[in-house]
Amino acid sequence: MNIPLKKWSLHLLLWIAGFGLWQVLSLAYGPEILPGPIYTARGGYELLMDGTLLQYIGISSYRVLLGWTLGSLIAIPVGIVIGKVGPIRSFAEPFLNFIRFIPPIAFITLFLVWFGIGETSKIMLILYATFFIVVLNTLTGIMSVEEDKIRSARSMGASEWQIVIHVMIPATVPYIFTGIRLAMGTSFMAIIGAEMIASNEGVGYLIWNSRLFFRTDWIFIGLICLGLMGFLTDRAVGLLGRKLLSRYGVVSTNSLRR
Amino acid sequence: MRAASRQNEIHIERLDKSYAQHAAAGDLHYIIQDVNLVVKGGEFFVLLGPSGCGKSTLLSMIAGFVSKTSGQVKVGEKEVERPGQDRAVVFQQADSSLFPWLTVRENVEFGLRMKRVPAAQRKEISDQYIALVSLAGHESKYPRELSGGMKQRVQLARVLSNDPAILLMDEPFGALDAMTRRTMQRELVRIWQNTDKTIIFVTHDIQEALLLGGRIGIMSAGPSSKITDIYEVPLAYPRDLADPSFHALYNVIQSHFGE
Repeated sequence: MNIPLKKWSLHLLLWIAGFGLWQVLSLAYGPEILPGPIYTARGGYELLMDGTLLQYIGISSYRVLLGWTLGSLIAIPVGIVIGKVGPIRSFAEPFLNFIRFIPPIAFITLFLVWFGIGETSKIMLILYATFFIVVLNTLTGIMSVEEDKIRSARSMGASEWQIVIHVMIPATVPYIFTGIRLAMGTSFMAIIGAEMIASNEGVGYLIWNSRLFFRTDWIFIGLICLGLMGFLTDRAVGLLGRKLLSRYGVVSTNSLRR
Repeated sequence: MRAASRQNEIHIERLDKSYAQHAAAGDLHYIIQDVNLVVKGGEFFVLLGPSGCGKSTLLSMIAGFVSKTSGQVKVGEKEVERPGQDRAVVFQQADSSLFPWLTVRENVEFGLRMKRVPAAQRKEISDQYIALVSLAGHESKYPRELSGGMKQRVQLARVLSNDPAILLMDEPFGALDAMTRRTMQRELVRIWQNTDKTIIFVTHDIQEALLLGGRIGIMSAGPSSKITDIYEVPLAYPRDLADPSFHALYNVIQSHFGE
């Protein structure tokens, strides 16, 4: 028996054991407390058939992707400027170090007041969740560029602007990439919170709203969807980084833990 | 052997580098003090001294990376105020100075690209210097795929492609294994003989100094280090370690560093 096959059969065994345990426990406690895998699958099928599940997944993904993309696009140049310009950095750093300890979810009510209960407040929340992580990673990257690289570029006739474009930014790419990948995780946490509190659709809404009908199986479906969405987007971002940015030293890790 | 041109001469006079140790007391700590040196155009000059004697600081001041406290550093007729393309630097650590996201060729063409030299001309120049440092066939590799010696060759080709008058080398072979180092030393002499560069080469290895240098400047241990003696090395290249006069000179220089 070769190694991969052995590994896969072990995986399969673990999954079967997990499902088996789940089923046994659900039989012991009843479906209202702990819906079993079959019961949950039936609930999931129900949601899938009436179209809500895919719609909610779509809505949540759309919010995360839009806010995350916007947040990253704004954060990268901001991080570069803060990292490069000393006076701006000494002004911004205490502020950044203060605000990064405030979790995005804490801002939900405030954002609702500022941006309304529509899509804007959710997108802004994701944008916020993304922004600080990416800014901090980018500026760390800029500040970690080895002095020798900057010096050698300078003595080869590069202007300050050329040093930023051709040395500092390429050297910072792995840091930026780590930042946006971490931000993806935080974005999922933030959107679920926002959808629970102020939304009529989305996976967070599904989880929160199911309590009214005592549909714990739907809650399970929501949780499973979240896990899958996070897993798949993280893999997709990782794959993209590996394919497009390998020359910058973005390494291929299978998962990134916080 | 080659005509000395004033363009690539280096004049250092009464050069100090100090910083305030206790700012309030005005207590100055000198890294180097009262350094005087003239390096002629086309010369291979070695700065030899123990670790921490400030020889790298002196090199950085000639490069224009580090400002002087007082005195003069002139290259040709011009006072050194900032880094310039007439002075190229080869760093000790290739990993921290090469651009890992660029291939060997792209690294070598970096300076030319910054000056917006057309691609065809860039390729011609990079071909020439990649061949000079014996890296032909490795053009499309990334630095991480190269050995330590090869990376230093890339560094050398990268600075040479900008055609600097002066090469400032900061223990470039210090991190290499003994055999690679011997090869690189021979190669450097060959490259120097094929170009008309002035080289200032920093090392703490007496044997390396004697294998490479036309003249060797001895720096005293810091703080307040200076160039205490300068030795001419009247031996032809390539130098023979077994040559009795090599050995005699080795012992003379060794006596500066105790034991």
